Amino acid sequence: MSKKVAYWPGCVSRGFTPELHGSMAKVAPLLDLELIELDRACCSGAGVIAEHNQELADTLNARTFAMAQQEIRNGADLMMNICSTCQGAHSESQERLDASAEYRAQVNETLKPDGLEYTAGISNKNFLWLLVEEIGLEALKSKVKRPLTDLKVGPFYGCYIVRPKSRIGIDDEHPRDTYLPLVIEALGGTVIDYAGSHKCCGFPIITMNTEASLAQAGRHLGDAKDADADCLVTPCPLCHLNLDLQQPLAAKAVGRKLDMPVLHLPQLVGLALGLSPKEIGLQRHVVKPTSVIDWTTSVVGSVG
Amino acid sequence: MEPKKPPQDFTLRVRRYDPESGEAPYWDEHTIQLEPHRSVLEGLLQAKGRFDGSIGVRCSCKAAICGSCGVRVNGQPGLACHTHLGDALKTAKNGVIDVEPMGNMPVIKDLIVDMDAVHWKKIQRVTPWLLADDENMPEREHIVPKEAMVDVTQTMACIQCGACVSDCLSMEVDPLFIGPAALAKSYRFVGDPRDTQQAERLKDIAEDPHGMYSCTHCFKCIEACPKGVAPMSQIMRLRRRATGDHHIKDRNNGFNHEKAFVKNINKNGLLHENDLLADSFGGKLNPASGLFLAKSLPVITRALLRGKATLKVALLHPHKAPADVKRIFDTIENRDKRNEFNLYISGTDEDNAPNQPEEAPQNGAHAGQEATA
Repeated sequence: MSKKVAYWPGCVSRGFTPELHGSMAKVAPLLDLELIELDRACCSGAGVIAEHNQELADTLNARTFAMAQQEIRNGADLMMNICSTCQGAHSESQERLDASAEYRAQVNETLKPDGLEYTAGISNKNFLWLLVEEIGLEALKSKVKRPLTDLKVGPFYGCYIVRPKSRIGIDDEHPRDTYLPLVIEALGGTVIDYAGSHKCCGFPIITMNTEASLAQAGRHLGDAKDADADCLVTPCPLCHLNLDLQQPLAAKAVGRKLDMPVLHLPQLVGLALGLSPKEIGLQRHVVKPTSVIDWTTSVVGSVG
Repeated sequence: MEPKKPPQDFTLRVRRYDPESGEAPYWDEHTIQLEPHRSVLEGLLQAKGRFDGSIGVRCSCKAAICGSCGVRVNGQPGLACHTHLGDALKTAKNGVIDVEPMGNMPVIKDLIVDMDAVHWKKIQRVTPWLLADDENMPEREHIVPKEAMVDVTQTMACIQCGACVSDCLSMEVDPLFIGPAALAKSYRFVGDPRDTQQAERLKDIAEDPHGMYSCTHCFKCIEACPKGVAPMSQIMRLRRRATGDHHIKDRNNGFNHEKAFVKNINKNGLLHENDLLADSFGGKLNPASGLFLAKSLPVITRALLRGKATLKVALLHPHKAPADVKRIFDTIENRDKRNEFNLYISGTDEDNAPNQPEEAPQNGAHAGQEATA
């Protein structure tokens, strides 16, 4: 069944990781997903604006929600994020906005001159949640053209979509902190269990404690390598910056070779749904995804 | 109220280690029998009483007040006395409940870690007492505004169990990081109107290369705390006061990073990473900025070659913030007072509604509030 979503791509997916936005656009039609881009929305604040001024962050995010709700009134099913950090920052604002009618009224007062108003209770899901909860793993499986057989994939969530559980909506019915392995398996891949899957990539302190930031990225990449992963997959472009863009420096920080390709979630889905490595922008990664390309060639070779 | 369930078998897998023995750590399994609403601590004590008196575990009040029995249950830090066996079973792998000592601190024996070596040392680091104006003491008690004291009550709920220290991901790679418990304690005094050294306290932890700007926002401490202290939120309050109220320009780029980020969004609506990087080091012409960019040059060049960043995006900034974003910035930044809405203190509309049905609170923050009430 097709779905229509009010889509917030975030900043980094159009800045330093353009392959994320690009691969999402390529994958969406294959999933019967119509993306209505919220192109006038603004940065979620990534926690930094909230640190500066909480009301400012909540108002900017309420503005984004209100725009999404306009699309929902026009027929979209829900709002969708492709960035863990945006998702977490949005969830934090939404928790406060939905908790108090008085606070919501104050925020809506600021939005009023532009004819926008946020109504409590927007449904705003990360692409990962949408895959499992809206599209469904069985439907996803049925769309797979090139199962990721023997590709060993390590999940890397990004802090913002796994903690705190109550805010993120993780409960017995929605064990969202266990979804990545389910998706990897549905795509036919092999899940690699390693220490770093739910830890922090270190990106938020890259300019403030560079050493500790790179040590975090390096440690998790190293743990995945020791667990024999071919690649990692992440729903967070900021994690991607530290794990891929900064990987040469992270390798130096931990004093070992890493060479660990890191895929964005829509890229991994795209690969299994039959898109070529080039179509999903794998050539744009800093760490050459050799193991993934080799895998593609061997599978395509054996099929062809 | 749920009807009480009868006793049942629970298998506990306890990590055993005696550093003095010279032997490597190992796992021990014991099957105990208790009702599911009883705690993991009671399970451990039954195993100790019935099967093996040598299991090392520290405990006292058994009521989530004393903070002695911090452990990891199925990998999650918390109090053994505050974790129901039935809940622990739900997150157990293969039906076996794992109990381990807390992380980031050396093990003394089995489940007992050396809190002095890490936790208490860090607490002492932040001068954990009130620095009042000794020369102008009031004749009677200090009179302080109620709101100011309500603001610090969340940090006062801390019972020093070390659960947040155990799983701090920044401390995992940087053992010198002051860490969540001590920084939350610091806010206890930075937010106290009777304290005369607020600016000095903030400057101290802002300038420390392993201070408040080494927190990565990973939420581990918020998730770990059994009392709803949310140490990370206190660290954000410290940063807000340091930059917004005291304008402390630190050597770790904390001040610059925040200002650069906010300026960037106000101007562009979206984040422009190139500007943010340079501005975080005090602008493109700042020597520190040049040094960092020079160090990152191979990475940036590679990004350009790979088509991740284009010169057009880097220099021309095709995206500009819509006018209403600027207006929102102006309206809120020009308020006399910053508004902060803390759910821990105010509760939700649902919590505050009259004739509330007797239901369990929905999330950790409220559970914490309830426990301390």
